[in-house]
Amino acid sequence: MKLQDVPKDDANVMEGKTSFIQYAVDTNGDYVQEKSPGFEPQNIALEQAWDDVNKNTLRALKEVEDGNKSPLYYFMHREIMELKILSEYMNMSRWKVKRHMKPSNFKRLEKNTLEQYANVLRIEDINDLANFDANKWRLKK
Amino acid sequence: MEIKEIEFEHRMSAHCENGVTDNLMRFYGLELSEPMVFGIGSGLFFTFLPFIKLNGAPVTSFRPMPGQIFKRVNKTLGIEMKTQKFPSNPKKAMSELDASLKKGIPVGMVVGVYHLTYFPAPLRFHFNAHNIVAFQKKDNNYLVSDPIMENPEWISASDLERVRYAQGTYKPKGKMYFVTHTPKDVDLAKAIKKSIKHTAMMMTKAPGPFIGISGIILLSKSIRKWPKRHDKKKASRYLGSVIRMQEEIGTGGAGFRFLYAAFLQEASKVLSAPILEEISERVTHVGDLWREFAVDSARVVKNRPLNGESYNSVADKLLVIAELEKSIFTDLFKMKL
Repeated sequence: MKLQDVPKDDANVMEGKTSFIQYAVDTNGDYVQEKSPGFEPQNIALEQAWDDVNKNTLRALKEVEDGNKSPLYYFMHREIMELKILSEYMNMSRWKVKRHMKPSNFKRLEKNTLEQYANVLRIEDINDLANFDANKWRLKK
Repeated sequence: MEIKEIEFEHRMSAHCENGVTDNLMRFYGLELSEPMVFGIGSGLFFTFLPFIKLNGAPVTSFRPMPGQIFKRVNKTLGIEMKTQKFPSNPKKAMSELDASLKKGIPVGMVVGVYHLTYFPAPLRFHFNAHNIVAFQKKDNNYLVSDPIMENPEWISASDLERVRYAQGTYKPKGKMYFVTHTPKDVDLAKAIKKSIKHTAMMMTKAPGPFIGISGIILLSKSIRKWPKRHDKKKASRYLGSVIRMQEEIGTGGAGFRFLYAAFLQEASKVLSAPILEEISERVTHVGDLWREFAVDSARVVKNRPLNGESYNSVADKLLVIAELEKSIFTDLFKMKL
């Protein structure tokens, strides 16, 4: 890659906080470091990955609204987790976490378990979990 | 707790493992460039594992297992490190970190990026093989050198503890490491020769269909099958994941090819071997083809073929790449240096 060909495709992937370091050949034929804000194919691939996450999260929200799943199910998807990784963060068996995804079981959870879930799933107000309001999350990621 | 300030020079790099190795070595007076660290760590690699899925797509990797670059650099240059893991004792993991900082020792750590508060949000997935160095503590906050960031960043003790105990694939389990011995002078020439042989061997001679050139050919074959075997969405997600692995943070572009070409150029000067400069140019050329592969693949992902790009045409491009890399690494393997 020539120095002038280092991609400058800025899709705000770095949020202005930093840049990608790329290696390219200057006019003397020597390799040098050059900063890059991004590369179009990578931007597309990242966008595709986030689209998937967002779609799954919205689908999960619908499941909670329809009463098929507990609010944990929505927050789990929001945090790009599945049962395996969530149970690891909770230090609980996967089977147990799966049970908590059922609304009837979720309602019986003790406060400290809810608090633990809130901490792992980055929910600031435990009320957002205990008294889940789908409307509050509809427009958010 | 009062901790004296450690003078630590933070430098950015393309890849976190090179960067941390590089920054730690410089602290102890050993100055090497990122391409040199990457090269002697035999960082260039390829593997495609169609049967193992990670984040819903088959695993494609342009790097060896996390920690390998580090290990190889230390071994070939004679640097000694102390590595510790604290599988179920976060308190100890944090107090040991503090103890080292107190002694004026900068500490490397393996962390997950998902909860890394200062990291750009679009890049925060559950990826657990990131490396950073802590070198200062103030009021329960740590100042860390993350090679991906422009400047050192602050992170709170509780956030740091969380990323040191990230869950998922490759759990860091509080892993930390620091340098205990740096040799006065190192035999760079010997390290270069040895590492080139190792890289060339892995790319051309590894047994089985998954590693090195064979892996690239297998990926090419699989890509042809994706649109037949899977629905449109899944096939495109698989291809998107290849692009991400190739171009995402840390590769310096084209799945490390440019970084390796830069290494060969530097090696040619150290060894006074002009032939390596020639090979460096060939690696640059193949890197350009990897980039074209990414551009074409992205059009397939977006379903916007401009010049008739398709799964078959990007698979063809990979075969050209495989052929060129086979001749490059066979030449490197046979070469008397």
